[in-house]
Amino acid sequence: MYNPMELMICCAARLLENGSTVAVGTGAPCAAAMLAQRTKAPELVTFYEAGGVAPLLPTMPISVGDSRTFYRAVMATSMADVMETCQRGMMDYTFLGGAQIDPFGNLNSTMIGKDYKKPKVRLPGSGGANDLASFCWRILVLTNHDRRRFVEKVDFLTTPGYLTGPGAREAAGLPPGTGPYRVITDLAIMGYHETTKRMEVLNLHPGITLEQVQANTGFVIAAREPLLTTAPPSEAELRILRDEVDPLRYIIGRG
Amino acid sequence: MTTPLSHGDGPLYADPSANHAREFFRTKPRALVDKLMSVKDAVTCFVHDGDYVAVGGFGADRLSSAVCHEIVRQQKQNLTLSGHTATHDFQILAAGNLTGHGKLIARVDAAYIIGLEARGLSPHARRVMESGEVESTEWSNYVLAARFKAAAMGLSFLPVRSMLGTDTFRHSAAKEILCPFTGDKLLAIPACYPDVGVIHVHEADRFGNCRIRGTTVADPDLARASKKLIVTCERLIPSDDIRSDPTRTVVPFYCVDAVCEVPFGSYPGNMPYEYFSDEEHLRHWLEVENDPVEYKKFIDKYIFGVSDFAEYLQLCGGLPRLQKLRQEEFLLNRGR
Repeated sequence: MYNPMELMICCAARLLENGSTVAVGTGAPCAAAMLAQRTKAPELVTFYEAGGVAPLLPTMPISVGDSRTFYRAVMATSMADVMETCQRGMMDYTFLGGAQIDPFGNLNSTMIGKDYKKPKVRLPGSGGANDLASFCWRILVLTNHDRRRFVEKVDFLTTPGYLTGPGAREAAGLPPGTGPYRVITDLAIMGYHETTKRMEVLNLHPGITLEQVQANTGFVIAAREPLLTTAPPSEAELRILRDEVDPLRYIIGRG
Repeated sequence: MTTPLSHGDGPLYADPSANHAREFFRTKPRALVDKLMSVKDAVTCFVHDGDYVAVGGFGADRLSSAVCHEIVRQQKQNLTLSGHTATHDFQILAAGNLTGHGKLIARVDAAYIIGLEARGLSPHARRVMESGEVESTEWSNYVLAARFKAAAMGLSFLPVRSMLGTDTFRHSAAKEILCPFTGDKLLAIPACYPDVGVIHVHEADRFGNCRIRGTTVADPDLARASKKLIVTCERLIPSDDIRSDPTRTVVPFYCVDAVCEVPFGSYPGNMPYEYFSDEEHLRHWLEVENDPVEYKKFIDKYIFGVSDFAEYLQLCGGLPRLQKLRQEEFLLNRGR
């Protein structure tokens, strides 16, 4: 048996290739990177935006800048150094989240409401998300799947996905060849259509139907053929995740 | 495919002129003199109503909590804040808004505000921002760091490749430009020369030469960009130590206006290699904010009711508590 959070973390970990670079935050993305390092990607290089490079995490960090993020690291540097490594084109993946995501993978983490000067709900803002989504080759999103989150139009476009569609990132001046790659939820794994750049379903998690995914998505979502079924977590993945990555169940306990 | 160049509509709160900054820096004292003083005196002398204030560290990590508390205690008004990974710092300073002490935060360059990362959002900081009494301009973390870098370089702007195409850009004060060499579209971001910068470091001598262990975040640039700089340090060290290993100096004395020794000065935040964050206290602070009446009592006790940071530390459990956080930093309490 496994819970949805454990499955999401396994799906994310499987995407990270050995020898690649990833800018991670705290929480589930951090767990995914740790799991990847203990399974198929021992040479995965992790970066934390406050300046931690390739730490050997002794425990889950609480903050993207706390001392765990550079525990036995190869370098403790600056935010500009990490972000400029991304801007130079050396960051393969980043993990992001948000209060809202639209069909083109644009994210909102700034505000809910119509009036910027008087928001219904004020949220933190971009943080480093806009920078990472602008610079990193492939953007990964880990999030729960519901209609409040998956919306036709975000209230505030904090962080760029494919913006208005094909060619829009390049026209805006963002580095060519970058953009959203996968969205991993508790129901499915989504990718983006090669020409329309709209989100589409690639994998359904075990026991989930396409209708369920559509019912929990606030915009029309198609499936890419052939639609695959996600492999459940292996015994080895679950053992490592539970015993080594998150023994105190900070993250997987939320599943 | 040429589209007209556009610009953000947000107000610009800090003068980006490199020439104006040079005029100021021409008059900034360079003498190797003793700058030791109390946090109270440093805030009295160097933080003025209406100032643009930049706080270093990364949220609650290596935060100059003592100076943030003192700014609130002295009821400074009408400040502009640099919201660069502003987590517990923003939360502390927001105690000067909607609590009967006037309006401490008037404007904010918002890259990250209100939140305390995985710990959740600050209810009081949200009330302050959702009330409409604080103006804001949007940025991203890297762009604010790069705005300090532009200022540290003595320039008026730098080009970057983020924020393009987004509402973050539309609500910023950045401008699109074309690279004069390649024709590529870039984002020009204005230099940020804060009126006063505040950083917390591991060690400093009485002249202001500073050492930081671990990540520097944006502090070396922020220190150079700031017209005036208040440094708090965990430990005051002899100047001979600085001279014995100058490679470790990350901020030189001539950037610094005040040196204040504040042991455990990042509490309840984390100070790398010294002590971990006090998650219990941070959780209590977040929870008590849900009720404005209880929150008022809380800040009356912990900020307005004490005369300095040492008294606050005492209220929070004093040395025994801090020693426990030191053990946690050294990973000695696992499984206990």
